[in-house]
Amino acid sequence: MEHRHSHADGAPAQAIIRLSGVSVDYDGLSALEDVDLTVHRNDFLGIIGPNGGGKSTLLKVMLGLVPPSRGEVRLWGEPPQRSAHRIGYVPQHSVFDREFPISAWDVVLMGRLSHTHLLRRYSPGDHAGAMQALDTVGITSLKHRPIGQLSGGQQQRVFIARALVRNPELLLLDEPFANVDTTTEEEIFRLLGQLKERITIVMVSHNLSAISTYVDKVACLNGRLYYHGSREIPPEDIEATYGCPVELLAHGMPHRVLRRHD
Amino acid sequence: MPAVLGYQFMQHALAAAVLAGVACGVVGTYVVVRRMVFVSGGISHATFGGVGLALWLGFSPILGAVAFALAAAMGMGVVTRRTRLSEDAGIGVLWATGMALGVVFAGLAAGYTPDLFSYLFGNILTVLKSELRMMLVLNAVIVATVLAFYKEFQAVSFDEEFSRVAGVPAGALQLVLLALIALTIVTVIRVVGIVLVIALITIPPSIARQFTSTLRGMMLLAVALAVALSVCGIALSYALNVPSGATIVLLSGAVLGLVLLGKRVRPPRPA
Repeated sequence: MEHRHSHADGAPAQAIIRLSGVSVDYDGLSALEDVDLTVHRNDFLGIIGPNGGGKSTLLKVMLGLVPPSRGEVRLWGEPPQRSAHRIGYVPQHSVFDREFPISAWDVVLMGRLSHTHLLRRYSPGDHAGAMQALDTVGITSLKHRPIGQLSGGQQQRVFIARALVRNPELLLLDEPFANVDTTTEEEIFRLLGQLKERITIVMVSHNLSAISTYVDKVACLNGRLYYHGSREIPPEDIEATYGCPVELLAHGMPHRVLRRHD
Repeated sequence: MPAVLGYQFMQHALAAAVLAGVACGVVGTYVVVRRMVFVSGGISHATFGGVGLALWLGFSPILGAVAFALAAAMGMGVVTRRTRLSEDAGIGVLWATGMALGVVFAGLAAGYTPDLFSYLFGNILTVLKSELRMMLVLNAVIVATVLAFYKEFQAVSFDEEFSRVAGVPAGALQLVLLALIALTIVTVIRVVGIVLVIALITIPPSIARQFTSTLRGMMLLAVALAVALSVCGIALSYALNVPSGATIVLLSGAVLGLVLLGKRVRPPRPA
């Protein structure tokens, strides 16, 4: 954390995440196959792929929630469990219960759990952090609202605030634009665009449109990972990932990610 | 003051109602928001095995109930996580096996099992002082545990995966919660009985949920409701001369029904 801004001149950026030969099998079904991936400090990586392509599994492997069947996962050179406190995680929207009686404020405070202790109350520092995180995502005025009464976009901001309150060095987002209107999508992107100055970001989405100009690097995932360390995706990667002709996908995309053909 | 309050059995009954209400309101809130109603039903029925064993071997049925409830709760926690048995199938097995054990043990107890019916359906008017003391201790354990782990329980209940990432021992807390459910069930058995426990655990928090939108608020209101419904139920059963446990459950159900009806008639909550 202390050397976050000390980007040594000319030296290659520090590798935050390193996956080598990672495979995950669930009950004999393969979710991830031989994935190699290196994410460097201050990368903003977007991973796209169809539903069921292993995107959430990949994030859970990085979080240490799912142990790989084969291969090795290293975050800052260590096993992921040891780095959990350095990660902010925004889980998939669908996992939470809208009926749960909890305020936006209490959800955000959850992010401080690893900074506080069992049996202790949240400290004034935790509260100040939560206030700042709500301010960052621009929903300070909604903090006492029950989470179930917020719009999809507002809920997503709450979950991003909960991740940010941990002062993470790495932010992992699972489908951050599900249930979010296009205006909010643009605002969240702008926010992530600001955050990437100081935080490494990995975002997964089934939607190609999620890959906007703010994303620096793009990978395609469908069991296997296609990644070239750049923002451009060769058409054959898209075809391999989605299993359909590129032409269909290229039209109607708000942000052009494919190389121009001319 | 009505003369009936002068009787010791009535004083014991009211004290039991208050103690049961506190446990049900607090733990029932977690049961309702985490959708653990069926698990709680399984644990409560499995408890009958302990009651039967105690009647057969001649020790306190409440102790037997505590042992079986805790064993069933831990069994549920382990079986559903470590085996390929689905959770609801596991609960069904536990539910019926516990009851069957109770029936066999009670049968071995050579015919003399006068209490059996009161454990199944509750008889709050026969609560003993020693049982009250036991209920008080269980309540203290329940409330102290919830106070100690309030923020962790809230986090794990709302989003278990995130809690794990945030370093909360979610698996261990789940077992603690199951143990609290077991202790709550034992606290309530004398009031409404094994078969009807689930009503007192589910109905007051469900009513409270209609009027509150925080876990803390829901818990406090659920406690107040559970105590009030139990006390009113006892009064009603005494006045009408009908079984107390069933009266409490029917009264609670009726109140929930009225509340839901009232909510439907009025326009839904503004978003």
